[in-house]
Amino acid sequence: MKTKQLLLGDEALALGAINAGLSGAYAYPGTPSTEILEYVQANPVAKERKIHSHWSSNEKTAYEEALGLSYCGKRSIVSMKHVGLNVAADPFVNSAMTGANGGMIVIAADDPSMHSSQNEQDSRYYADFALIPALEPTNQQEAYDMARYGFELSERHGVPVLARLVTRLSHSRAVVETDKEAQAENEVHFPENGRNWVLMPGNSRRRYPELIKTYETLAEESNTSPFNYYKDGPDHKLGIIVSGIAANYYNELFPEGSPFPVVKISQYPIPAKLVARLMDECEAVMVIEEGQPYIESRLRGIADNANLYGKLTGQLPRTGELTPDAVRDALIKVLGAESEVGKQLAKEAPIPTPQIVMPRPPALCQGCGHRDVYSALNDALKEQPGARVFGDIGCYTLGYLSPFNAIDTCVDMGASITMAKGAADAGVHPAVAIIGDSTFTHSGMTGLLDAINENSPITVIISDNLTTGMTGGQDSQGTGKLEDICIGLGADPKHVRTIDSLPKLHDEMMALFREEFDYPGCSVVISRRECIQTARRHKK
Amino acid sequence: MNCNIVLAGVGGQGILSIATILGKAALEENLYLKQAEVHGMSQRGGDVQSNLRISSQPIASDLIPLGGADLIVSLEPMEALRYLPYLAPTGWVVTNTAPFVNIPNYPEMEKVEAELRALPHVVAFDMDAMAKEVAIPRASNMVLLGAASRYIDLESEKIEAAIRAIFAPKGEKVVETNLTAYRAGRNYTK
Repeated sequence: MKTKQLLLGDEALALGAINAGLSGAYAYPGTPSTEILEYVQANPVAKERKIHSHWSSNEKTAYEEALGLSYCGKRSIVSMKHVGLNVAADPFVNSAMTGANGGMIVIAADDPSMHSSQNEQDSRYYADFALIPALEPTNQQEAYDMARYGFELSERHGVPVLARLVTRLSHSRAVVETDKEAQAENEVHFPENGRNWVLMPGNSRRRYPELIKTYETLAEESNTSPFNYYKDGPDHKLGIIVSGIAANYYNELFPEGSPFPVVKISQYPIPAKLVARLMDECEAVMVIEEGQPYIESRLRGIADNANLYGKLTGQLPRTGELTPDAVRDALIKVLGAESEVGKQLAKEAPIPTPQIVMPRPPALCQGCGHRDVYSALNDALKEQPGARVFGDIGCYTLGYLSPFNAIDTCVDMGASITMAKGAADAGVHPAVAIIGDSTFTHSGMTGLLDAINENSPITVIISDNLTTGMTGGQDSQGTGKLEDICIGLGADPKHVRTIDSLPKLHDEMMALFREEFDYPGCSVVISRRECIQTARRHKK
Repeated sequence: MNCNIVLAGVGGQGILSIATILGKAALEENLYLKQAEVHGMSQRGGDVQSNLRISSQPIASDLIPLGGADLIVSLEPMEALRYLPYLAPTGWVVTNTAPFVNIPNYPEMEKVEAELRALPHVVAFDMDAMAKEVAIPRASNMVLLGAASRYIDLESEKIEAAIRAIFAPKGEKVVETNLTAYRAGRNYTK
């Protein structure tokens, strides 16, 4: 039985997994992937079946927890943003070696255009070098359907499967046809070939050729995947390769059907036979893909191919998201404005944005405690021209912008503490780290241990708003435990200080910062006030 | 039926509830729909927009092409202007005129209003004031939805039913407040 629902791409994949017998969902919040686990948390079937849906401390712990479920024969998903896969890269690559027992889908949501991220890395490259198959849904319906398909693929071949989403699919809603009933969960059963799961060199050396063989089988299967196709068109001057959501932008331009043959790719490894046929039958080929030019570079190799167009040849933008207009412009560039299709695609120049329109960058909320921390920190550092402030990932990264202009770096989760330590090693004083509570338990604790072990003269400010704020207020794993964690790691209790981040305590906070700058060792200041967004919700 | 709408505003103003309501109404009418949202960092007081596409035919792209929007629906006047490149030559702009000033270089209001007046098809009025007068200040997004509903080929009863369904968990009083604001906006563009 089927029913229709309006779902985000994130939600469609989550519901697809629940209906396909999911037993556990694991994640650390990160835009644009957050709504996947949130959907599982709110789903009645998931609640009734007690499907795991707590937030994990970081993507690596989440990944390994999901892998543990798979080891026991259960179906699991682990979801993260693209840069989260860097944090989980160790278990990701090694889980290809162990293989999966219960179906396991790794969901990485890429963020081309960097709406809420540091970079545009494309998760398909990870799947490629880990020898893991990847699915790239074109629309919300495919996202739903690929969950069951992905679990089956994973169990059939005994490997985890990567599902690659992008912002415009994760955060776009559409009507999706869904099953009314969720299928039963797998029973616990352990892997038949248990030694694959002990990655000692002897076992790994035996396993690796097997994995390569599996990948070859997967590559063959891609040619007949229900999500990949070759569709002929009348005009063979150009052949088109589209992948994932890029297919939509291309189809938008030709509502009556494509004039050119098209290969659509939504399952990897790249379906070599379909691509070879297209390159064979067409005079030139253009690759339209969201993210980095992964397919294009695989086809191009080292020797330049004059008849292959895409992002590396400049017709499509090398950075940022695709749009229907970017695809239109690229086709006109390749075919010429005077060609038949060029004329068909031509349109009037758009109305320009009036010059009076000013950029409106995001900012810390009015009444946010991070504001009070930055205001006190800036005042405390006024007579310290040698100071450097190392920031981290979260709402408080906005402290870089005016009016605070308070941080000098922001690199990756946890890098505030470790970079401050490096700066202290270089003789910089005061070397200040500012990190949020959730980022601290994600990747700050191990760096703090380094600093404590060497008693590095740094001041670590944990700006604790009792939540994971930037992604919308998910539980933070260290809530209520931060002082104990720092002292447990070996911080001197006299230099683990706590203060409420309130405007009326501005002078006290400033004095406290100054005292700790003067201390020639590692100190932690926990400035604490609940996020005003979650506080408002709690009041209701 | 084929309607492309750019919803615009400042993070936190409530454009996503407009999208949710129109989405629900479209689903009830068995129409195709795609709605691209912005989450994450820009929700913190930055400019936000959502592309909403409703059609009786399947929709390919989640994003509206330049010059492809039938409607720009904005809770903030400068934000309405930001998305003009997406407006079709025959398209309408329906916008609140109450500015949301959270940047130091916000343009002079006379200039913003002059740009709006220069558009061929525009409905612009102070929706904050209307919401405050007939309902509660926070219901200006429902005033906007009401004003824009005249340009969207969905039955008003279906939109009202969607408003009821969305706000029902918050109680009958909230439902009525939002319906009042919606109707006031709709009557303005009669």
